[in-house]
Amino acid sequence: MTEFKIPELGENVATGDVTKVLVNVGDTITREQPVLELETDKATIEVPSSVAGVVKEIRVKKGDKVKVGAVVLTVDAPASGNGDRAAAAKTPPTDTSPSLDAPPAAPQSASAPAQASASSRVVPMPVRQTQEPAPAPAAAPLPPARPDGRAAPASPAVRRLAREIGVNINDVQGTGPNGRITQEDAKEHARRILSSVGSAGAVGAGTLARPARQLPDFSKFGEVERQAWTNIRRVTAEHLSYAWNAIPHVTQFDKADVTELEALRKRHKEQVAQAGGNLTVTAMLVRILATAVRKFPQFNASIDTERGEIVFKKYVNIGVAVDTDRGLLVPVIRNGDEKNITQIAVELNQLAERARDRKLTPDDMSGGSITISNLGGIGGTYFTPIVNWPEVAILGVSRGAIEPVWKDGKFEPVHRLPLSLSYDHRVIDGADAMRFLRWVVEAIEQPFLLSLVG
Amino acid sequence: MADSVQVAVLGAGPGGYAAAFYAADLGMQVALIDEEKNPGGVCLYRGCIPSKALLHVAKVVDEARHAGNWGVTFTEPSIDVNKLRAYKQGVVDKLTAGVGSVAKLRKVKFIQGRATLTGPKSLKVAGASGDTELQFEHLILATGSHPTKIPSLSLDSRRMMDSTSGLELPDVPKSLLVIGGGYIGLELGSVYATLGSKVSVVEMTPGLLPGADRDLVQVLEKKLKKLFANIMVNTKVVKVAEEGQGIRVTFEGDVADKEQVFDRVLVAIGRRPNSKIPGLETTRVKVDQKGFIETDPQRRTAEPTIFAIGDVAGEPMLAHKASHEARVAVEAIAGHKTVFEPQAIPAVVFTDPEIAWCGLTEAQAQAEGIEFEVAKFPWGALSRAITVDRPEGLTKLILEKSTGRVLGVGIAGSGAGELIAEGALAIEMGASAEDMKLVIHPHPTLSESLMESAEVFFGQSTHVYKPKRK
Repeated sequence: MTEFKIPELGENVATGDVTKVLVNVGDTITREQPVLELETDKATIEVPSSVAGVVKEIRVKKGDKVKVGAVVLTVDAPASGNGDRAAAAKTPPTDTSPSLDAPPAAPQSASAPAQASASSRVVPMPVRQTQEPAPAPAAAPLPPARPDGRAAPASPAVRRLAREIGVNINDVQGTGPNGRITQEDAKEHARRILSSVGSAGAVGAGTLARPARQLPDFSKFGEVERQAWTNIRRVTAEHLSYAWNAIPHVTQFDKADVTELEALRKRHKEQVAQAGGNLTVTAMLVRILATAVRKFPQFNASIDTERGEIVFKKYVNIGVAVDTDRGLLVPVIRNGDEKNITQIAVELNQLAERARDRKLTPDDMSGGSITISNLGGIGGTYFTPIVNWPEVAILGVSRGAIEPVWKDGKFEPVHRLPLSLSYDHRVIDGADAMRFLRWVVEAIEQPFLLSLVG
Repeated sequence: MADSVQVAVLGAGPGGYAAAFYAADLGMQVALIDEEKNPGGVCLYRGCIPSKALLHVAKVVDEARHAGNWGVTFTEPSIDVNKLRAYKQGVVDKLTAGVGSVAKLRKVKFIQGRATLTGPKSLKVAGASGDTELQFEHLILATGSHPTKIPSLSLDSRRMMDSTSGLELPDVPKSLLVIGGGYIGLELGSVYATLGSKVSVVEMTPGLLPGADRDLVQVLEKKLKKLFANIMVNTKVVKVAEEGQGIRVTFEGDVADKEQVFDRVLVAIGRRPNSKIPGLETTRVKVDQKGFIETDPQRRTAEPTIFAIGDVAGEPMLAHKASHEARVAVEAIAGHKTVFEPQAIPAVVFTDPEIAWCGLTEAQAQAEGIEFEVAKFPWGALSRAITVDRPEGLTKLILEKSTGRVLGVGIAGSGAGELIAEGALAIEMGASAEDMKLVIHPHPTLSESLMESAEVFFGQSTHVYKPKRK
């Protein structure tokens, strides 16, 4: 008798509501067969079984709130190995190891704020239970089976083509008689995945489903060590690849004289510290950006390619990229335009602490308008940040330095801060972007403007 | 200084040599290692090939005996065992030498000897001309299998045979007991029976050919009941002992005579993987409880540089499965995206009549709870079968009820082994009964039975009247 428990559903997702139980007592289930539909605050997920056998007992029902690790059902498992071997001839064995070919899990981590919009989607989710043995290196890809357990009705040549172009044959809708899958169907499926820019359904799928090129045998060149991708790393990769592929990026650069801002910062530092905040350039920039996106609404927008519309947001939430030991996280300061810099500084402190303690919730990290990524604490002059889709712009901040500036016939030492603005050229024109960046530069140079016109 | 190759293949059976040749065709430097003088393995030396040579002769003898029914009477054949053995050996020599020369043409380095692994990237071979050390980037283990031995049936006597010694055809014994009603036992038993031995078969389970659908087995059983002196099912051999002019065998189970004496006993109770490879412990390769080497769908073992294919890598232990796995493993080594994912691995029992099936059997479809329908076409209505006086055959399709998709094909009858290939193609292509029905099959041939059984599914078979029930 084997128990099947709710597997890890993704970073920061600990519970879900059972919306459907897909199996009955007495059913014979296979590995990877969806047994449960769960609604989390991210998405509706089909939870595939990690065990096979005859269902003896189901311990959850529709409407239950279940936690990761809760027992869902128990099965009488068939003798191990034996059945699998015999079944090999008629159905491809289900591979429990992860692979680049498998459709990626619905992006679970909240480092990708976009996914909140995808909540009505039911996505298949190849979840692994953590106690499973580590996969062999270069594990061979076998796509998860179709829901009916039958092999995809496709000829060997079509199956091979699909594998080569990175398409899970079991996801392909066949157009032939009785749903038979043709070469054209497999190609069309790939095209759809790759071109569905901006469509929520393709998040992730559009990235990892791209044909992965074969890696060389690194051990030929010297010793290597392999480590599993953490969930957060994987989701970040999926999210950034998607954003990079979906958005035509342009990055513009400028420098702001921060002499006055720095003076202000030093003057009020103590005051803010007493309130429990850290008066940083980032905190001040959050406030400036919040005002800037109010002035330039196309910087607080998203593109809905499916409906051919631009979504303008009436709220102003500023994402702040945070470097943690687990990787990149982007918590969001809500209603930044309604908060003063002290409040923002205090809130940033709290968010940073929660990030370190791994206590950020998906809500803390979704719904951003625009993002700031400040690497100035580390160094650098300029960089080209990737827009945090479905946002349309991101401000990169590098390290300020004292520079000679030609003023009134002579060089003067000026403390200047390099800024990089990446944006989605589909909604933002270069001239508008330059105006936006100039506005930000001026707001930094003359902080008083904020209270004057902001 | 050790030699170095990109791919080393251990074992030169139909898996190993196929792998070596394909790797060479893809431009890799390849070494192929085997204890025999030429590639071929059990299949060519001690399995498929010699048994088929003998079964061919048996079929000719059998047909000559039946020719009386058609007005042509031959005298009883006189069997020259030495000449027959030489014919069989000639077939083996010709094929193995042929494969050996193809290896040379492909510049595959063939090393004769016994290999010991010395790590995940090296091995050494003890050969007649001393030891060879070999370094490789990848190794394919294709070491095959050997006949199962169990202690209660192990007796040091020339009267006891396994499939290997049985194929050597030492003589035609007066009486022969075949232990094991699987395909090896029935094929070899048929040869000896046709040559004149009084053959008895004993099988532990309730029927011959466990795993095959009963309606197919019945077609063969009818014939074997005439050919064999005795078929004992649900019966176990508990003791064998040499005694004067024969072997005294003690049975347990559904049999009246609990003790019988036979001239010879052939033990054919299955095969075991050859996974006790010297030096395997110097790698991370894992072996499961049944002795099969564990692999992923590309046939890569737990040691990333080492692959395993064929009998040693799991059931079914069939040459054609090994050759296909060989291509998968080599393509994986070459960096192609490939996996072993057959929908149908045909199984053929080369008795006469033959039995062949692929994809799902009816029993498996039932066990898996699939909604299916079986469309059967009895050969009594098949003109070609009547012309050759072999109307006992049966062709059936296991079809998905809702779509008519071909999930399995089973054939019993003369030449079933040749016919099953169409079934495998249909399953792999995701063909439906409609597809099979719409393909023009040549007349008059046995292959029409596939088309007509597809017509049965629609209640439209020309030669079978069976209206489709709504």
